[in-house]
Amino acid sequence: MVTLEKRPEPSEPWRWLAPLLAVALTLVAGGVMFALLGKDPVAAIRMIFWDPLFNETFAAYARPQLLVKAAPLILIALGLSFGFRANIWNIGAEGQYIMGALAAAGVALALYPLDAWWLFPLMIVAGALGGFLWAMIPAFLRTRFGTNEILVSLMLVYVAEAFQAAMALGPMRNPEGHGFPGSRNLQDYPAAHNAELVAGTGMHWGVVTAFLAVVIGYIALNRHLFGFQVRLTGQAPRAARFAGVDADRLVVICLGISGALAGLAGMFEISGPSGQVSIDFNIGYGFTAIIVAFLGRLHPIGILLAGLLMALSYIGGELAQFGLGVPAAAIKALQGMLLFFLLGVDVFTNYRLRWKPGRAG
Amino acid sequence: MDLSAIDPLVLLASLMVAATPIMLAGIGELVVEKSGVLNLGVEGMMITGAICGFAIAVETGSPALGFLAAAAGGAVLALVFGILTQFLLSNQVATGLALTLFGLGLSALIGQSYIGIKPPHFDPLDIPLLKDLPVLGPVLFRHDVIVYLALGLVVAVWWFLNRSRAGLVLRAIGENHDAAHALGYKVMRMRMLAIVFGGALAGLGGAYISLVRVPQWTEGMTAGAGWIALALVVFASWRPLRLALGAWLFGGITVLQLNLQAAGVAIPIQYLSMSPYIATILVLAFLSSRSGRAALDAPASLGKPFHASS
Repeated sequence: MVTLEKRPEPSEPWRWLAPLLAVALTLVAGGVMFALLGKDPVAAIRMIFWDPLFNETFAAYARPQLLVKAAPLILIALGLSFGFRANIWNIGAEGQYIMGALAAAGVALALYPLDAWWLFPLMIVAGALGGFLWAMIPAFLRTRFGTNEILVSLMLVYVAEAFQAAMALGPMRNPEGHGFPGSRNLQDYPAAHNAELVAGTGMHWGVVTAFLAVVIGYIALNRHLFGFQVRLTGQAPRAARFAGVDADRLVVICLGISGALAGLAGMFEISGPSGQVSIDFNIGYGFTAIIVAFLGRLHPIGILLAGLLMALSYIGGELAQFGLGVPAAAIKALQGMLLFFLLGVDVFTNYRLRWKPGRAG
Repeated sequence: MDLSAIDPLVLLASLMVAATPIMLAGIGELVVEKSGVLNLGVEGMMITGAICGFAIAVETGSPALGFLAAAAGGAVLALVFGILTQFLLSNQVATGLALTLFGLGLSALIGQSYIGIKPPHFDPLDIPLLKDLPVLGPVLFRHDVIVYLALGLVVAVWWFLNRSRAGLVLRAIGENHDAAHALGYKVMRMRMLAIVFGGALAGLGGAYISLVRVPQWTEGMTAGAGWIALALVVFASWRPLRLALGAWLFGGITVLQLNLQAAGVAIPIQYLSMSPYIATILVLAFLSSRSGRAALDAPASLGKPFHASS
């Protein structure tokens, strides 16, 4: 009879082994899924996780995309990780991402065709503020009334999506767009364009910000009182209360940080790779970032690596879609599976298996 | 704008239909939460049920088989949640989110070849005499069997929780799993049963959307209905009969909003379509503002992991 025995301390090796094992299990299960879809599993896995980096035909396009796709995931996941550690569940990052993008694009479009160096910084501020304010709605309701922030932040995603459609069809519509939905393309608006900094690398201001955020996040988590309070609240809420941690303040800060970072991610995306406010320019980074945060063990360095891996699955997924006809939805299912396996394997971090003879309770 | 085009009787009748998916998913989740488990994967189980039901109904030509398949699909997904949270002791919030993300991906994957197809028609029940009653007839007695099944399940769950011995055990487990375990009740078995029951009902609710309400398959078509069902459980203070009221209220908002769109109100439809979500937020905020009453009603062990260490 196998039973689980709680470890006195979470196992340090397993904390890092669990994500790796989860990735390995996902590859196996993903292979089975591809086989069921009638695709060659080895070829599909190879095309998703290997070809974007090392195949000569694809790498020239795919490698820069890695940074482009990883940056928003890392920014958003990093913001979420602080709250998740302290049991503050912002799962509406997708909405904050949209509102940040809309705020930034709104500023740029209102000032069109301004040619000033300060427009781009202003858009950054607007983007962060848009996401921040959107996240303040669940923060206010939770601190003032004790309303569950999970449901409120999630509901606000649907509100933001409807708002985005209203903007793309109404106030932000391109006046020269012959009545088609969608705004002017910010890529054709030099002062507002988040262009590649070094040609052919995919490096843009959002990528720079994401790397900076990882460094600052690392310091905040490990070397700052705020990080200590977050970890304490997550591990021992009662102890945190006695230690004088202001729980409401922590809710506001954690939701505020995650909202602002998600807004920033939206801002860099709308002014660069996506370029245009359309009825559906958001592609689910806010939800995938939840997987990134957990896969990265809610740790800044881990999130950096997990963000790159998840970006790889997006790019490889596109390749496999065109190359092998693997449906786009298969990648979403693969990403979901990864989180399942991680949560399952994680049992070994906190428990160990014990063989017990006879019956066990 | 022509508000007179809105017929109140038709409105009430379609309210009954609009309330059914969230009523089914909500009553299932209520039982799960009463056992002390928080499954945030309702949306994922609903959308999985929506596509399983749709696919089987199209392949076999039988909506009834479709609904069975939907319940099975939701239950299988719930079983994964149960194994992860009960046996591998994973975090319930994170696992529920994983369930939703996975369910959305999986359903989109299965559903690709079903886009643009019409499902077989699901006929309303033919109830003699009652359906010809003035006013009450069209509002109450011309629906399909699932509408009545949802109402019946609400009453059955109420009876189960408040009048049966097994229901008492389930509630005890939800309030204090350690004490219930010490008394010899099978905490894990009861919770697994509740989780699978909740999954089956969420799947049924999802299939009702894809087979009857819309009826069509599109990616992500449940559009937050699973989350509204979760909010509904809080709204109902974990009481089955109040949950039915809440489902009608939310169904009413959805239907009214759709009717206003059709009547050509001078508000862009995007703003109107926000209303069910905003209403949910407002109701949640209002309920929780009553000095923590909602928190008092919640099962005491809700969301806490159970590990029988001794």
